[in-house]
Amino acid sequence: MLDFVSTRRGVLKTGGALFVTFTLVDKVLPALAQGSARKKTVSLDEVDGFLSVGVDGQITVYSGKVDLGTGVRTAFTQIVAEELEVPIDRVNLIQGDTALTPDQGPTWGSISIQIGGMQIRKAAATARKALVEMAAERLGVPPNELRIENGAIKSSGKSVSCADLVGGRTFSLKVDKDAPVKDPASYTVVGKSVPRLDIPPKATGQFMYMQDFRVGGMLHGRVVRPLAIGAKLENVDESSVKDVPGLVKVVRDGNFLGVVATTEWDAIQAARRLKATWSKWEGLPERAHLWEHVRATKINSDEVTANVGNSAKALSDASKRISASYDFAIHTHGSIGPSCAVVEINDGKITCWSASQATHRLRKQLAAMMAISPDDIRCLYIEGSGCYGRNGHEDAAGDAALLSRAVGGRPVRVQWMRADEHGWDPKGAPVLIDLRAGVDREGRTIAWESEFFLPDSFGPVPLVAAILADLPGMTEQLPKFVVRNTAVPYTFPNIRTVAHMLNETPLRWSWMRSPGRLESTFANECFVDELAASVSADPLDFRLKHLGDPRGVELLQRLAVLTKWEKRTSPRKDAKGDVVAGRGISYVQYDLVRTYVGAVAEIEVDRRTGEIRVERFLVVHDCGQIINPDGVTNQIEGNIIQTVSRTLKEEVLFDRSAVTSLHWATYPILTFPEVPDVIIELIDRPNEKPWGAGEPAATIVPSAISNAVFDALGVRLRSVPFTPAKVLAAIEGD
Amino acid sequence: MPTSVSLEVNGRAIVVIVDDPGMPLLYALRDSLELKGPRFGCGLGQCGTCAVLLDGEPVLSCETPLTKVVNRKVVTLEGLGTPEKPSRVQQAFIDEQAAQCGYCLNGMIMQATALLAKTQNPTVPQIKKALTGNLCRCGTHLRIIRAVQRAARSA
Repeated sequence: MLDFVSTRRGVLKTGGALFVTFTLVDKVLPALAQGSARKKTVSLDEVDGFLSVGVDGQITVYSGKVDLGTGVRTAFTQIVAEELEVPIDRVNLIQGDTALTPDQGPTWGSISIQIGGMQIRKAAATARKALVEMAAERLGVPPNELRIENGAIKSSGKSVSCADLVGGRTFSLKVDKDAPVKDPASYTVVGKSVPRLDIPPKATGQFMYMQDFRVGGMLHGRVVRPLAIGAKLENVDESSVKDVPGLVKVVRDGNFLGVVATTEWDAIQAARRLKATWSKWEGLPERAHLWEHVRATKINSDEVTANVGNSAKALSDASKRISASYDFAIHTHGSIGPSCAVVEINDGKITCWSASQATHRLRKQLAAMMAISPDDIRCLYIEGSGCYGRNGHEDAAGDAALLSRAVGGRPVRVQWMRADEHGWDPKGAPVLIDLRAGVDREGRTIAWESEFFLPDSFGPVPLVAAILADLPGMTEQLPKFVVRNTAVPYTFPNIRTVAHMLNETPLRWSWMRSPGRLESTFANECFVDELAASVSADPLDFRLKHLGDPRGVELLQRLAVLTKWEKRTSPRKDAKGDVVAGRGISYVQYDLVRTYVGAVAEIEVDRRTGEIRVERFLVVHDCGQIINPDGVTNQIEGNIIQTVSRTLKEEVLFDRSAVTSLHWATYPILTFPEVPDVIIELIDRPNEKPWGAGEPAATIVPSAISNAVFDALGVRLRSVPFTPAKVLAAIEGD
Repeated sequence: MPTSVSLEVNGRAIVVIVDDPGMPLLYALRDSLELKGPRFGCGLGQCGTCAVLLDGEPVLSCETPLTKVVNRKVVTLEGLGTPEKPSRVQQAFIDEQAAQCGYCLNGMIMQATALLAKTQNPTVPQIKKALTGNLCRCGTHLRIIRAVQRAARSA
């Protein structure tokens, strides 16, 4: 049998069942179809905001936090299954749908479980209490004689199912902050490595990523970005694309330029061929003088994050003073799948499907840009390629909105090409850190001072489409989370740490996995190592000596055992040959109030080539109560490997006009032969609060590697990435 | 002028009607056949996420024009197995929980399948070498290596 398929929907001929239509959407995600959502509360205070029980007893969880490929969907499912005593497969999860899910804030900052999951747990605990009370009344049995088991409330001899009690109806109940949660000692689902629910469909090509999502009548859009970031669109020659068969429209709105076509390939061809003239623009700083530029950037405010004793006086009294400056290059998110979104506009109402980490906020941004009420916009999350912060998904949604409006509201899918992603997703900030410390005659550290040059919180990252088309954005003050690891966990007698909040960054900035905390921990933990070396102390001992927190002390002691730590100073005395091995330690308490991580990097560095090979990372991790141990392990492995890549290789290149690292050859990341082994010891504390694991382990990577290179060769690497050229320069400058 | 291109995809004879026979195979698979296994990552042959087997050999479908696949056999991730009946490589990836976002998984599994077809018990360096062209941003590499080893053992 032959199946005929065509890239042109209009001339589709199919001889069999191969060509499936978009009915899949309704089967897989019933909540997706426009208008299918009944009016449901999305209140954070209502149990109904988070949970519903179907007539069949199936539990649906409505989560404002979304699974960015971290496995949090499985973890939330475990949390609810545990509190409501149902098997995992009786729990469904709807994520990030502004019509259905509460606004639990963006999925960022390693707080999905710590905050989002605990909101869901409380809602489930409230529901559980209510179900037991309802059952008590129905069965005529006191609540304390009832137990909840496999979707039913039971006493000896009597039983009523949750479906019978509330199936298909609402709880109409406020979330009770005092509702009793289960005793962790009785957990059967939480704390277990429940296999991820999404991996079987992902491994077999059945999983629908955002990039796979289609709706009926959908057109394909592509963007044509300016050749220079601030260039003006001077002229568009539409005749250049008149031969593209499926072209529907060339869309121009100010400096926003895009094409819409009936097929994806036609859209790609049109975007490639479209001739446009742009004005010259050279507003970026010279990359060779990036750090002077950062130092000279206007400071909006200073955040003093620690001020103990009198560091200035102690520093002047010190018998030995050391100082150093550290810097951390601009990085790009680098999702393997470029950003993608679909938007349609019907009767003035916008539906937007995207992989945004913050659909509720995206809704407000689209409302501002499109000048309509947020009530007329529904944003729905569909998981995309891995997301490590605010990357390009929201921007693709903005692009799709402008393109859809230009073609009468027909659904338009925008898929960024690789160069759009590398060139135009928002970037990490270049971060500069100055450190000073003073030691007295007895070798005691008496002063610690640091200054950080960090991006100020500008509010939500503006949409590229809004910038180019000069349309309104929205403002909202964001927390200054980037400063939260600028102070140190060590008990020096005189400390002053200050973050200079900079007015701007060279490239459009956004948060990227552990923003601020990654760069701060790099500088702090390297400089602690410098201090330890300056007083000839073992770097692990030095940290222990200045650490008051017993949980941190326990973690470092366990790290010493795990790594068979040999007490000695760095650099090692027995280094010989061209390739030298080294070990480096690092420690963090994330945000200085939650997850603890300690690690040792084992590296080899080649004096001749300057190449660093990270052989192994050994990590001890304490994030309190663990929901899914294998999920936490997976996150730690990812944190380490991704940050080894960022530390050794990554730097966004640009000229005065635009980003020039537009693909993987000019922005290389770690490949299989370069990947270190990762050994992990988890400290589970079932009776403590659960904290995040999505970022903390990233922060210790650059310092552990730098300290290991110092251990091997006695040279300090203070500038990320640690390229072979920088290693050779450090050796020569030594 | 529409052109017909005949090929076999996952065991079925297909005729794709296109305006441009130079169109990469990837778009025929994703947009015309609505397959979700082969994925767009870079369109430049740099990341490996679009890999398919062409007459048993792994190729990057983002840079393989339809003209190069006329009357040839293409196997995609869907053609290897299903959630109910995964191939041994797919099963090994599931057993090792070898994914975070999983976007790169298609390329990893196709490449590993091709490797194991030729090398029954690859060493870790051989696995790493075979997967050098496949990028993973989430840092799932160690699990992927373990999955390939497990698949080799389960042969």
